[in-house]
Order: sequence, then structure tokens, then C-alpha cells
Amino acid sequence: MPLAIALVIMVVASVLFNIYTPWWFTPAASNWGQIDDAVNITLLITGVVFVIINLFLAYILVRFRHKPNQRAHFQAHNKKLEHWLIGVTSVAIIIMLAPGLWVYAEFVSPPKQATTIEVVGQQWRWSFRLPGEDNELGKSSVSRVSGTNPFGLDEADPKGQDDILIAGAQLHLPMDQPVKLLLRSLDVLHDFYVPQIRAKMDLVPGTVTSFWFTPTKLGQFEILCAELCGIGHYNMRGHIVVESKTQYAKWLASQPTFGQTMATEESIHPPPELVLSPVALLKMGQTLATTKGCLACHSVDGSRGIGPSWKNLFGKQEALEGGATVLVDKAFLSESIIDPNAKISQGFPPIMPAVALSPQELSALVRYIVSLSKSPQQVGK
Amino acid sequence: MAYSDSHDAPKSFFYRYIWSQDHKVIAIQYSLTAIFMGLVGMLMSWFMRLQLGFPDEFDFVTPSAYYQFMTMHGMIMVIYLLTALFLGGFGNYLIPLMVGARDMVFPYLNMLSFWFYFLSVLVLMASFFVPGGPTGAGWTLYPPQAILPGTPGSDWGIITMLTSLVIFIVAATMGGLNYVTTVLQARTKGMTLMRMPLSVWGIFMASIMALLAFPALFVSGLMMLLDKTLGTSFFMPAIVSMGQQLDFEGGSPMLFQHLFWFFGHPEVYIVALPAFGIVSDLISVHARKNIFGYKMMVWSIVAIGAMSFVVWAHHMYVSGMNPYFGFFFATTTLIIAVPTAIKVYNWLLTLWRGDIHLTVPMLFAVGFISTFVIGGLTGLFLGNVIVDIPLSDTYFVVAHFHMVMGIAPIMVVFGGIYHWFPKISGRMYNEALGQMHFWITFVGTYLIYFPMHYIGFLGVPRRYYAYDNYDFIPPSVDDLNSFITVVAIVVGVSQLLLIYNLARSTFKGEKADANPWQATSLEWQTPTTPPGHGNWGPEQPKVYRWAYDFSVPGAKHDFIPQNIPNEDVPLAQEGQPLKGIDT
Repeated sequence: MPLAIALVIMVVASVLFNIYTPWWFTPAASNWGQIDDAVNITLLITGVVFVIINLFLAYILVRFRHKPNQRAHFQAHNKKLEHWLIGVTSVAIIIMLAPGLWVYAEFVSPPKQATTIEVVGQQWRWSFRLPGEDNELGKSSVSRVSGTNPFGLDEADPKGQDDILIAGAQLHLPMDQPVKLLLRSLDVLHDFYVPQIRAKMDLVPGTVTSFWFTPTKLGQFEILCAELCGIGHYNMRGHIVVESKTQYAKWLASQPTFGQTMATEESIHPPPELVLSPVALLKMGQTLATTKGCLACHSVDGSRGIGPSWKNLFGKQEALEGGATVLVDKAFLSESIIDPNAKISQGFPPIMPAVALSPQELSALVRYIVSLSKSPQQVGK
Repeated sequence: MAYSDSHDAPKSFFYRYIWSQDHKVIAIQYSLTAIFMGLVGMLMSWFMRLQLGFPDEFDFVTPSAYYQFMTMHGMIMVIYLLTALFLGGFGNYLIPLMVGARDMVFPYLNMLSFWFYFLSVLVLMASFFVPGGPTGAGWTLYPPQAILPGTPGSDWGIITMLTSLVIFIVAATMGGLNYVTTVLQARTKGMTLMRMPLSVWGIFMASIMALLAFPALFVSGLMMLLDKTLGTSFFMPAIVSMGQQLDFEGGSPMLFQHLFWFFGHPEVYIVALPAFGIVSDLISVHARKNIFGYKMMVWSIVAIGAMSFVVWAHHMYVSGMNPYFGFFFATTTLIIAVPTAIKVYNWLLTLWRGDIHLTVPMLFAVGFISTFVIGGLTGLFLGNVIVDIPLSDTYFVVAHFHMVMGIAPIMVVFGGIYHWFPKISGRMYNEALGQMHFWITFVGTYLIYFPMHYIGFLGVPRRYYAYDNYDFIPPSVDDLNSFITVVAIVVGVSQLLLIYNLARSTFKGEKADANPWQATSLEWQTPTTPPGHGNWGPEQPKVYRWAYDFSVPGAKHDFIPQNIPNEDVPLAQEGQPLKGIDT
């Protein structure tokens, strides 16, 4: 009897929870809102089955509980009933599967007018490449990836010259324009996941995967990684910004092409610490911390991460693996960015990648880290 | 028969309990080791839950440690607890006794099987002590990350893990060959295949599947070991890891996923089919009623087993495989729901018009039905490719697979332990402790996993160490996480009730009858309890009927053991013949 009551309570509570749940789909911001319909059909059918079976079970437990002198009914099988049940189950399954496959057929057929954008994943950051005016992405390969060529583009391929490279983890998209994402990973599996878009897909090193969607809502939405990619997995962040076509065009025009960045690298290295004010430099450092993926591992609020938190790091006596301690000054910070494995903080894994930075960028980043400590003036005299 | 005296009764303590070839002792060795591993796995889940429920409060759960606990928890629970316990534990104990054999057909191999399993456990536990600790690649061990530096334990951790798995598969193969051969060759006179208890059917089919599925894991494990140690490129394409160009080229990470899930999906049913079989017998015995639609139950076990080999890529809908595969695998996956649903209906129809005794085993059997229904139904979401796409890699998946292959099978494990404990030990367990164990486990697991489905709808991703500063995740999710952690710890502690109950009852429990449940199958008809060496005394039993002659009209008692011929059945009234069915 208590078990029957428990089952009934469970059913009632579940139904009520389903109605009053504080957690439901985040409102869709793409054409794949129609996936929600398929989910709802499934939820309705399975919900009804859940309620019926559990209530039926509760009823049986009460009705046929053991009583003295009671004897069970002897019946080996009932062909007719079994066939009916198989029939009804099959129909319910077809009702769930058919609309699902219908929507999926659309999911695997990107429209012809879809814009192609490349998403590149690496531990633990996102970057993006747009095809530029010729609408074609230039050749790329992992073996060409270097500090100065982070996407591994083929410098000889003319199609790549006008490609637009976006190193910051923020991708702008025009509203209502179908977009086909080509997904590429440089190291391990990742998964491009924006909850509001609904669709997601793995990035697989060695191959290019893809999916498509049409943004239908203006705003900024978080990109997450949905495939375990190592210890920074939970902090592999980015944003998509959906905006009107005019705003998008403005943003697009301000992005440099691959050809332009290569020219910049070779000829006009700006002299360090000259062109930027300290405030601008600090701002630059803050931006770099995001775009270079530093913040995946280093928190700025003192919370625990994969690497030491930057909050109050500067000026601290840091214990190193092997027992030594070191004063965290500008020199130590710079060294740790350029050659991360030179000294390893105690209790942290030696997994930080060396990041390619210009001297100015390096000093900007160091300045930003210093700014996160309480009284930076007192230290490093 | 030749195998009936293939080994003599052991003479010393060492040969009786340690280097034993007796299937019953090996079953207990397997079970105790598996239960110990289950406790280790549970401890890992607590550590994970501490971080999720109370972020940054517990210093020892660093991101590395979190992923290591997560990986070890999953692998231990799936392989070293559930697979080992159902096949090595229940399979070993029940198969010879239920089919009327004196032992497994290859007792020496059976002994080796346990010791290889034990070795695999030692190697696995050793990974906690190697430099860098155990692997944190997730139980799926996907390359490339499993063997690259951004993952904890990517050197010795992954090597010990893969080595342990390879050894485990050797053990499982030796056991599996034994179980299958014993069922096919050593059934006693009259025990036709269609008279076998469903427990044996479930374990038999699961053993066949294990023999076919584990090789896929075996080869992929070896290939990854080669990639790691010799620098081959089976699963490794060209990669820039942490700014360094690596020497790999041309391998396919997706190949590993196909191999893994070609093993991994049948593995779900390697755990589920024994549970299906055992729970059928629990329900039948404690409802005093024959299992409804026995033939259909057998064929659905066979159908599920066969079909489980053509659904594997439903784990890979967003893996980047050819998207057209989705149509095929969604269809096969939803078709497999039909034989599964039949089983649920037949359990209910077995209870219908039964004489239900709510013993502890029956409580757990009902708990199984209820939790399995939830897990099965949510499987219809994830099997249907387009519905899976938003839900995959969210907490919906976590809730689903814990319900369907964690909680539901473990309910059967508990039910089975309580059910056969009187036969194994010759003593009764403590009823009150058993009831308490059931209630905390049943209600607790429901509270843990039911709300998780909804944060999955919300889109909260799984395998995250922390959820700081994600705009779409409201603070209420943190509250839920704290709540789940508290419940998980309570449920975990309550498992000590089982341990205590078994330990105490083994020595101080009331003496049990040979057949306390008045069951029909052969293991309850042994001349001594616990059964002695060779199980049957001088003569093996003969079988005259199926295992489900409960409440047969015309019979005096509400059960007729399988080894009683019709003419020996006490009748309710002289001259009124039995009205059972002819099996």
C-alpha cells in the first residue's frame, strides 16, 4: 500500500513539476525552434505513457496485494492482447519518429543561399573565418599553423587573401540570413553549442564537419563547448552577436583580411609602448585575456581554475613545483606567458600553451594582470 | 556426464575459498569485488557532486580531480560493477544451479576469469597512484584528448586504464565462453531451452553479446595504446596541441567512436538483459504467478540482443559523422523500443491478478519497473535524431542513462541479492533494514534524477566543472545542484544498510528454509542449503516443466517445482486433474 501511494504521489508530483517547472527551453533564436515541437510531441506521448503505467502499477499493487486464501489467476499468455499492445506501441512510435525525421531531413539540407563561415576550435577558445568578397575560403591545413598564422592558411592560395580572420571569440551574424558553419578543430574534439540555436555539432580534428541555421532573433548569445575537450572544457566561451544587416555590414568592414594581417606582421610592427596610452594598453590587455583564451583557465575574481587566479597574483610569493618560491613580478609574468613551462606553480598541471604575442601585446597583458592586484605600486621596486 | 566430476571437491581452505573452481565461490568472489568497486565508484560520484553542489568549497576537487573522478566513476560503474556483477556474480551463481548442472563446464577457466578480473581491478586502482593520476578523459576515452596533455592523466593514467580494460576483456571472454557453453551443453535432462528461467535467458544472451561486442573495445584499446606509446596514428590526425605540432597524421578520431559504441551500445544491454531476466523471475515468484507471455519474453530478449548491434551510432548524432546515417539509426533505435515495451507490458500483466507479496525483492522489482519506464521513455527522446540534437551532451542525457542503465539495473541487483541471499548464505536478511534500504534508494534516486531532465531541457551542458557566469543558467540551477548533492550523499550512505545487513545476516541472521519463497526453479530444490560442492548430491535433478508453474489450477500448493513430475504433484482435490499448460 505505501508503495502504491508513493507511486501515485510520484505521478502527481511529476505532472505538477512538469507544469510549474522553473527550467524549460531557453527561448529559441533560430529556425530550429521547430525542434521544440518534436520534443513536445515526444514529451506528450511519453508523459501519457508514464502516467498510465505508474498509475496502473499502483492500482495493481493495491488490488492484487496478498490476502489470506487468495490465489493468483493462472494465465500463460493472451495472444490477442499482446498483438494489440504491439500495434498501439508501434503507432505511438511512428507518431514520434515521422515528424522527427521530417525535421531532420531539413536539418541535413542547408539552403543554397546560406553564407559559409568557418569555426575553428582549439583548447580552449573559438575563432572564426569568413570567406571575404570572393565568397570562398582559402586552403588551410593544421601543419601550417604557427604563432603568426593561427588558422594555418595557405599563403600562396589567392582565395585566402581576402578571408577575414576573427581571433576574438565573438562572431557577428546578420539576422534572418541562413548560415552554414564549417567546423574545424586544431587539437581535440569540441562541440559548437549555442543553447538558443538548438542545433549543435562536434568539431573533429582531421576533418571538417558542418551544420546550418538561420538566426531569427537579435541579441548576443553564449557559445559553449558541448564535447569534453580537456580540463578547460567548462570555460571555452564565446558569443554570437545577431544584428541587423546594416550593423553587420559595418562590423564586417572593420575586420582585417588575411592579406592585410600578414602585411602588418611583416612590415609595420608598431614600436612598443609608444603609440598607446596606459589606459588604452590596459584595455588592450583585457581584450587579449579574452581573445587569447587566457580566461578559460585563469580567473580574475579569485575563484579556483585550471591555472592560478590572476586576482592578487602580482606581488605574491608563489610556491613552485619542486619547492622553490618566487616573487611574482613583471619579469616572472612575462616569462610565464612566453615560456609557460619554465616555472610551474605548485599544484597546477603544466599544460599552458605558449601564446604568440607582440612585445606590445605582452606588456599590455602583463599590465592587465598587474591591475588585478590590490596595491601594485608596492611591489617590484 | 563427463563434466559433472571434472574437478574434485576442494580439500584445503586455500583451494576452497581462494583458488576455487566452484562456480558458487567464484560468484561470491566476483560479487564482493564488484560491490567494493561500486563503493569506490560511489565515492567518486560524491566528490563530483560536492563540487557541483558547493562549488569551490572543497579544495581537493580541482578541475583535474573533478574530471578524473567523473571518468573513474563512469568506467567503474559500467564495467567493473555492473558488467562484472551481472555476468561474473549472478551468472556464475545462477546458471549452473538454474539449469541443473554441477558446475560450469570449464571450472579452471572460470577461476582464471575471476583472477583476471581481479588483476584488471588492481591495475585500475593502481592508476590512482601513478604520476599524473588516473585518466580524466571521460569514460568514453575519446581520442585525441585522452592521450594529449590538456587532459589529466594523459600519460600513465590512460595507459593503466587501457591496460586494465584489456585484461578485463580477457576475463569477460573466459567467463562468457563458459556461460554460453554451460547453457548450451550442460542443461540437465528435461531442461529444454524454452523451459529455462528468464534469468538464464537474460544472462545467456548478454554473454553472447559480450563475446561479440568486447572485441571492438579490445582492439580500439590496443590501437590507442599504440598511438600513445609507439606514436602510431590510428585515431590521431595532424594536430597542433598547446602550440606544438605533433607527429601524428592521417588517423581518424571518429573511427574510435564507431568502435567504442559498437561495443558501448550492446554494453548497455549486456547490463540490461540480465536485469530484465532476473526481474522477471522476481516478479513471477513474489506475485505467485507465471510470467505473462513467456515465449514473447524470450524472443524479445533475443530480438533486443540482436538489434542492439545496429543502433550504436545513435550515440553519435552530433559527432560529425555522415548526417544521413541519422535516418537509419533513429529508425532502428525506435524499433528496438517495441520489444522493450513488450517486456514492460508483460511484467505488468504478470502482476495483474497475481497474489502480490511485497517482500524486499518485490519492492525492488517494482522500483525497477518504475525507474526503467522513465529511463526507457527518455530514450525515445534521445533515439530520435532531431530531438537528440538539442539535448545531447546536456543533463537530460545524464538523467536518462543513470535512470535506464544505472538505477534500474541496480534495483534488480539489490532485489536479486535479497532474493537469493537465503540460498547463498542459508540465512535470512533483516527485513526492516531491507525495507529502509529500498525506500531511501527508490525515493532518493527519483529526487536526484527527475529534475535533471529539466535542466537538460534548459540546455545545461554535462561534464562541466563549474557553471560560473553563464547568462542562460539561472541561480535556481545552483540551488538544485546543492539539493541533488545532499540527496546523493544520503542515498549513498544508505547503501551501507545493505552492506551491514548482509554482513550481519551472514553470521547472525535467522536460519532460512531451503526454499523460503516457495519458488519453482531448480536452485531452490538443492538437497542442502547453501548448495554443496557439485550442487545436487548423488543425482542431478530431472526437469518436467517450465519454471513458472505458480498457482496452477488443481494443484494443492501455489507452486510446482520444475523437478516434480505431474504424477507427484499434490492435488487440491483427489480426482481433479491439473489444468496447467503443457511446456
